[in-house]
Amino acid sequence: MFAPFMLHAWIVATLVAISAGSVGFFVVARRASFAAHALPLGAFPGAAAASLLGVNELWGLAGFAVLGVLAIDQLQRAGRREVASALWLTGALALGMLLLSLSGRYAESVYGLLFGNLLGIDAAELALVGGCSVVMLVLLAVIARPLLLDSLSRELAAAAGARPSALELLFLGVLGIAAAIAVPVVGALLVFSLMVGPGSAARAFTNHPWSALALTVGISLLTIWSAIALAYVSNWPVGFFVGVAGILCYVVGRWRGGAAALAHSL
Amino acid sequence: MISGVGAGFISAFWSNGPVRVALAVGGGAAVVCAVVGLSTVMRRQSFAGHALADISGAGGSAAYLLGINPLLGFIGLAGLAAGVMEMAQVQEARERDLVTGVVLGAGLGLAALLLYLDVTLRSVSNAAISILFGSMFSIAPSIVPTVLTIAVIALAASVLVFRPLLVSSLSVDMARAQGVNVRTASLVHALALALAVALAAITVGAILATALLIGPAAAALQVARKPVSALVLAVAIGLGATWGGIVLAYDSFYWTLGHGWPVSFFIVMLIGGAYVLTSVLAHRDVGALTASPLSGCQER
Repeated sequence: MFAPFMLHAWIVATLVAISAGSVGFFVVARRASFAAHALPLGAFPGAAAASLLGVNELWGLAGFAVLGVLAIDQLQRAGRREVASALWLTGALALGMLLLSLSGRYAESVYGLLFGNLLGIDAAELALVGGCSVVMLVLLAVIARPLLLDSLSRELAAAAGARPSALELLFLGVLGIAAAIAVPVVGALLVFSLMVGPGSAARAFTNHPWSALALTVGISLLTIWSAIALAYVSNWPVGFFVGVAGILCYVVGRWRGGAAALAHSL
Repeated sequence: MISGVGAGFISAFWSNGPVRVALAVGGGAAVVCAVVGLSTVMRRQSFAGHALADISGAGGSAAYLLGINPLLGFIGLAGLAAGVMEMAQVQEARERDLVTGVVLGAGLGLAALLLYLDVTLRSVSNAAISILFGSMFSIAPSIVPTVLTIAVIALAASVLVFRPLLVSSLSVDMARAQGVNVRTASLVHALALALAVALAAITVGAILATALLIGPAAAALQVARKPVSALVLAVAIGLGATWGGIVLAYDSFYWTLGHGWPVSFFIVMLIGGAYVLTSVLAHRDVGALTASPLSGCQER
């Protein structure tokens, strides 16, 4: 499990968990599950396009994540947030499927991109993922405070001088970067599970936002480490374990939240 | 070789067995989705509809494993998931978004595992593609009557609760005052939604089904001023996109020598195009936005 060929997988997974976990806290606070689901799926054709052009997968993923951010932001200004996400993600998936079918490498690459693939991460990609995570975390740290305020109360944030539309765009941008680096490891379909699951558990254990953020990252790390270990042992897809961990997190959070509310009322 | 459009193309198109099956199944799915999609979009359940479609993919994968028709798998899991979400009865919007997301994640994880088992145990190497992205030209002709029966049931259920749901999506209290049983109505709608999603899943594939369900209805709601015209427009867009997609996919065999482009790609792109077009129309005619009695129900 800790053989040299697995080393890159462990390092990348750790970076992915830290970035996805910290964004996930805000995804839960802003109830942006659908956007968190649509952006990684929207990045899917990027990987197919990159393989057609013969460039690094991550550039394609990042490129399409940016396109997705702009498309969702533009479409949801019309006031229909859910429809915007739905149409962007199905359009992007259909395009990705066409590109993969034209490039002739169909079945196994589709499966890997949708449900995750641990192996085949080289040193160059590792550096790229590291760079992207640092950029993303710095950006998130800059906007964290106004973003949290905006998630809790739009009026308060506006009174404090924040511009909601600019904040939303920056948030989607951060989400897009986190999605692009997570897709090759966890798979486009299950990236959002890694964001939503830990966040939903963490909020039940603490009321303080920053400790909830730290707890989300911690649970996210735990999720992906155990998913990789289990996937390595069983040979089953990583995405399966991430999806199951997501619902476990939520159930634990609900149970704990329910117990706390009961104790409070007694 | 037959040239692009002409008498030869048309007669070859109609005499082609798989094409006729695709036209029948796709047509049924498009009509049901347009009707059910309308109340889904107005009730702001787009995410739930999408989640059901994705989760039904796990049912399709299980069907391959058990050796039964994928349609049964799609219906089974979509129905189960719709029942669970309806029973969970989460009222608060924030919590509903989270529950949908978490259940969706679990369903997709299950689909990942079942597809992996399809490939390793049953050696169905193309299972992932045909379940997730659809394979309209390989639908068995024997299921056409089943599909059309399901379509009629879903349509009947949806039409039955359309008016009560329209009232209750405007105001629950007003609906109760008019004697509407809101609980039963939304349960019937959930059933119709599950059937519509299953039909869309065999047409364009589980993860693209959302386009057929949400797209035509959302596009129609942007420009229609009355529920009836929204209904007619949604059905027209759905049918136009589905049948147009089949024609284009059939024709695409001659674009890139012998390698057809996927049908689902064309259908999704045509629906996306229709949505963009109606957005432009709605924004040009600002009066329609403010005057439309329907626009208020779908704002978030």
